[in-house]
Amino acid sequence: MAPVGSFLALAAVLFCIGLYGALTKRNIIIVLLSVELMLNAANLNLAAFARMGIAPGIAGQIFGLFSMTVAAAEVAVGLAILIALYRNRNSTDVRDMDLMKW
Amino acid sequence: MIGYAWLVPVFPLVAYVVLLAAGRKVQEGFAAALGTLAAAASFILSLSIWIALLQGGPQPPYLWPWLTFGPEPSQTWYVGFEVNALNAVMLVVVSFISTLVLLFSRGYMRGDPRFGVFYQYLLLFVFSMLGLVLSPNLLQLYIFWELVGLCSYLLVGFWYFKPEAAAAAKKAFVVTRLGDLGLLAGMILLYLATGTFDYEGIFQAVQTGALRIERPDPAVLTTVAALLIFLGAVGKSAQFPLHVWLPDAMEGPTPVSALIHAATMVAAGVYLVARTFPLFAASPAALEVVAYIGGTTAILGAAIGLTQRDIKRVIAYSTISQLGYMMMALGVAAYSAAVFHLFTHAFFKALLFLAAGSVIHAVETQDLFRMGGLWKRMPITAWTFLFGALALSGIPPFAGFWSKDEILAATLESGHGFLFFLGMAAAFFTAFYIFRVFFLVFAGRYRGERVPRENGWVMTLPLAILAIMALVAGFFNSPVGDYAMARFLGEVPGTREAGTGAGTMVLSTLVGLAGAGLAWLMYGKGTLSPERWSLALSPLYRLSYHKFYLDELYRAVIVRPFAALARGFDWADRVIVDGLVDLAGEGTRAVASGLRRLQTGQVQTYGLIALLGLAALIFVSLSLLGGVRL
Repeated sequence: MAPVGSFLALAAVLFCIGLYGALTKRNIIIVLLSVELMLNAANLNLAAFARMGIAPGIAGQIFGLFSMTVAAAEVAVGLAILIALYRNRNSTDVRDMDLMKW
Repeated sequence: MIGYAWLVPVFPLVAYVVLLAAGRKVQEGFAAALGTLAAAASFILSLSIWIALLQGGPQPPYLWPWLTFGPEPSQTWYVGFEVNALNAVMLVVVSFISTLVLLFSRGYMRGDPRFGVFYQYLLLFVFSMLGLVLSPNLLQLYIFWELVGLCSYLLVGFWYFKPEAAAAAKKAFVVTRLGDLGLLAGMILLYLATGTFDYEGIFQAVQTGALRIERPDPAVLTTVAALLIFLGAVGKSAQFPLHVWLPDAMEGPTPVSALIHAATMVAAGVYLVARTFPLFAASPAALEVVAYIGGTTAILGAAIGLTQRDIKRVIAYSTISQLGYMMMALGVAAYSAAVFHLFTHAFFKALLFLAAGSVIHAVETQDLFRMGGLWKRMPITAWTFLFGALALSGIPPFAGFWSKDEILAATLESGHGFLFFLGMAAAFFTAFYIFRVFFLVFAGRYRGERVPRENGWVMTLPLAILAIMALVAGFFNSPVGDYAMARFLGEVPGTREAGTGAGTMVLSTLVGLAGAGLAWLMYGKGTLSPERWSLALSPLYRLSYHKFYLDELYRAVIVRPFAALARGFDWADRVIVDGLVDLAGEGTRAVASGLRRLQTGQVQTYGLIALLGLAALIFVSLSLLGGVRL
């Protein structure tokens, strides 16, 4: 079996890609996808530690499942907000969503 | 009966509150009737208290603890009231004059848009003045002392839309405050030295020399305290050098001048010195000061009164001069003569003011040289004014003769020859100026435009009553009346028995007649030309006409430097203090308006900054703090 480090490295790479996307992409849907990517990197860590951590057990995997359920709900809400935003402002560019200032 | 004395000030207070609640739209007749009845009730009660005192003798003061802040006797302050011979006289005088003035005001103030307010102020004043007189200790007296000062301010400035009236009110308040400061300081000094505000307690401590302050020694301390108290009296009773406010206070309505600035409030200073007389008696130096200030004021006021053109101002200077007589009498320890003169002066000076008010109401000017020939047109006013003038000049058998004569006799008897001379000279001037007014107003031809007519009964009735009092009030303490008042006032330690020397009597009568005669020659018959005399005595005339330039002197020496100082403080407050406060506010705002540019609304920028912050935190915790220990 591959050592725990490789799982962690994969998760870290996934997380960094997600973070980069969330901070740089202009399209709001890509940003949402990037956030999901970061979330799944965290889930991967949970699963890896559940199998190969200091105290292996089932809790990490169950937590991962919970996390995915919540993420699904969150995406549903998030997409609804995006659609509402698009209807209002006729744009999917993150840079246009700057009302919360000054 | 005496136990009900607290009701005396309550009547006007209740009337005041009712009028206050009734507001501005109150009917003139209702306000006048209520006010007059309240004052009349006070008068009747005062009179019965006087009678009760005559029959039953003095009573100890009625006291209630007000503030207790410690176990020692000096740490409880009392309020209450007391009735003694002195303040029984004052109660009767104050309530009597108040009743007449409140009645007179019905006619004088008719049609004034703030008629009700005028009665409110007058009633508040009557309440305060009666409370002042009834006070059993200095602390309570001080409270009412300030209240009458406030009423004086309000009433002098009653026609506040006239700039002169507003300025006069301010001047009256500020100048008397200078004196009040002395009274307050004297009161605190006496409290520290004797541990009480009560008159009797203070007198006992002062007389036995058992003071709590070691240094300076009791004699010096007593003198200082007495002089500070006297300073309060100087301010309130318009004594030289703080007399300048009283003539200006004539800007107020004439009933106010009669009540407050002739008969009652200005006599409060004399009352204060008389009430604390044992304190002054313990300090010969303080008594000398009182005597000489009084003598100076008497001659100064009379000398200025000689040449004024405004009828009310002449009478105001006359008041200053007569108050000077009272102080002089107190200064030579002629206690009963001073109180007696206060008593008679209240009647004839209120009479003169009200008669002047009646004239002013009829001719609508205060300039003596635009009156004249009113003897036929206003007979009641003319006769009553004549009675007042005779009483003021000291022509027997009118009231002023007996009281002024006692003062002069006592001054001579005490060995103050110079003061006696000043008093005699002032008596001559007094007779001259008041008959100058009399002849200018009532003799000759009418020089004004408006046709004068005699006023209605509400104005002439008080005049008639006061005229009778101006005739008979003197007998209370004359050889005719067997010195009833002196015996009623009783023994006050350190005072002198006032007698009436026959020589003084004749001399002062002659002097009074001479003054009146000179006025007749100048302004009645016209044998002597006033213009030529004033030209011949030009420097003296101008000195008198310009009030010895005291107002100008004070303006240059006191008012200007203080105004400059105040402007300096004003600038410092506005620029430096306010500047610092504004700087704090403006600085915060400037920093904030720079910082808010960081809030771009771009979520990705925020995310990036949060990420950099997290990285910085991790870097710091790893490199500087040596890692995270779990």
